[in-house]
Amino acid sequence: MLAERYELNKNLAQMLKGGVIMDVTTPEQAQIAEEAGACAVMALERIPADIRAAGGVSRMSDPQLIKEIQAAVSIPVMAKCRIGHFVEARILEAIEIDFIDESEVLSPADDRYHIDKTQFVVPFVCGAKDLGEALRRINEGASMIRTKGEPGTGDIVQAVRHLRMLQAEIRRLASMSRDELYEAAKQLQVPYQLVAFVHENKKLPVVNFAAGGVATPADAALMMQLGAEGVFVGSGIFKAENPQKRAAAIVTAVANYQDAKLLAELSEGLGAAMVGINEQEIELLMAERGN
Amino acid sequence: MKIGILSLQGAFLEHEIKCAKLGVDCFEIRNKGDLKTGFDGLIIPGGESTVIGKLLRELDLFDIMRGMIGDGLPVFGTCAGMILLAKNILNDDRLYLATMDITVKRNAYGRQRDSFYTVGDFAGYGKIPMTFIRAPYIESAAAETEILAVVDNKIVAARQKNQLVTAFHPELHEDTCVHEYFFNMF
Repeated sequence: MLAERYELNKNLAQMLKGGVIMDVTTPEQAQIAEEAGACAVMALERIPADIRAAGGVSRMSDPQLIKEIQAAVSIPVMAKCRIGHFVEARILEAIEIDFIDESEVLSPADDRYHIDKTQFVVPFVCGAKDLGEALRRINEGASMIRTKGEPGTGDIVQAVRHLRMLQAEIRRLASMSRDELYEAAKQLQVPYQLVAFVHENKKLPVVNFAAGGVATPADAALMMQLGAEGVFVGSGIFKAENPQKRAAAIVTAVANYQDAKLLAELSEGLGAAMVGINEQEIELLMAERGN
Repeated sequence: MKIGILSLQGAFLEHEIKCAKLGVDCFEIRNKGDLKTGFDGLIIPGGESTVIGKLLRELDLFDIMRGMIGDGLPVFGTCAGMILLAKNILNDDRLYLATMDITVKRNAYGRQRDSFYTVGDFAGYGKIPMTFIRAPYIESAAAETEILAVVDNKIVAARQKNQLVTAFHPELHEDTCVHEYFFNMF
């Protein structure tokens, strides 16, 4: 991949900052999301909560559905391919998707190798539970990272855990002396240059959103206050009683994540949130997929 | 001189860094109260125009900001910021601040795979780096609008009195020409 192309792809992620990316399964939902202020939509056949409920193998969505969603909105459209499934990624690239999510929400196609994302023209976002995972994905060419959380649960605990872990490890690297970075690179299983970047800049070299379990405006604001640059909301919107109102409230909450008075107003009368399941109650931890 | 940077969504931090580099004071505008603090110029960053436009209305910033620009507040809009300032948008029914006599086309070059980098002449400053991300361009501009940059026969930067717009993202590069041009408008 040309360095110039990679810059352009990281630049698109920069334009998404401070925004909310919403999972949608129909063109109608995509329009609701756009009207509510989503900065991008993730087009998929089933939202994570339903994937979890249905079980079985979960794959890339039907390109026809993705194209209908592309036609329905003017904002960027993302879609998911399975971890390591570079042919699904090529298909998404061929239909001019704006961003590919190599996602643990789908069943992994490869239990060892992720996609070599440097070989693609379009950008990739990948999940990460910690700094090593994030930097390995970036080394493979990811233009954006999202902390994994636990998709389809409506439970924020894992999203918090992963983002805190990432931030703590960044702070640890930042505080090291230069000669300690070589050993850190070895432990993190990533190239020295990426470790040195984090050491110098106290941040990842790409934009980082939070994902997996965001169900309320307060959840979204929590992730922003913990240092996320934006949020993905999957099942939290269209599994809720009033998706339109909840979606809009989450967007405004992310834009004003430090304004507690406004957050209180935004949290009023939203109707029931998605029921959700606690992490102890689930059998499949999607966040464990890919490393 | 103090610059307010609209910080509802998008690449506002990049503009803050640019202001800091040029030694210009700036602060983030997120609510109505921020608009009353007194400032000399406004930057509307890149991001998604649908998101920023919606939040402007929802947070009651819209009328006040529109009034301030009408009263001559210097404003600089990049990409989404340009769309928000345009009086006409070719391929969108939505209109936002609509203070500048330009007709723009959204996502004019296509989707992300059509995003591109080039160098082009800007307002007599010579060649500067220009990054276009799912960018718009200016289809036409009123006679009193000054055309500041043209790439592939499309207008990509323009000025009308107190309003400056670029379809590209000068905040993404080390180069500071466009921001200097803006600060010289005061």
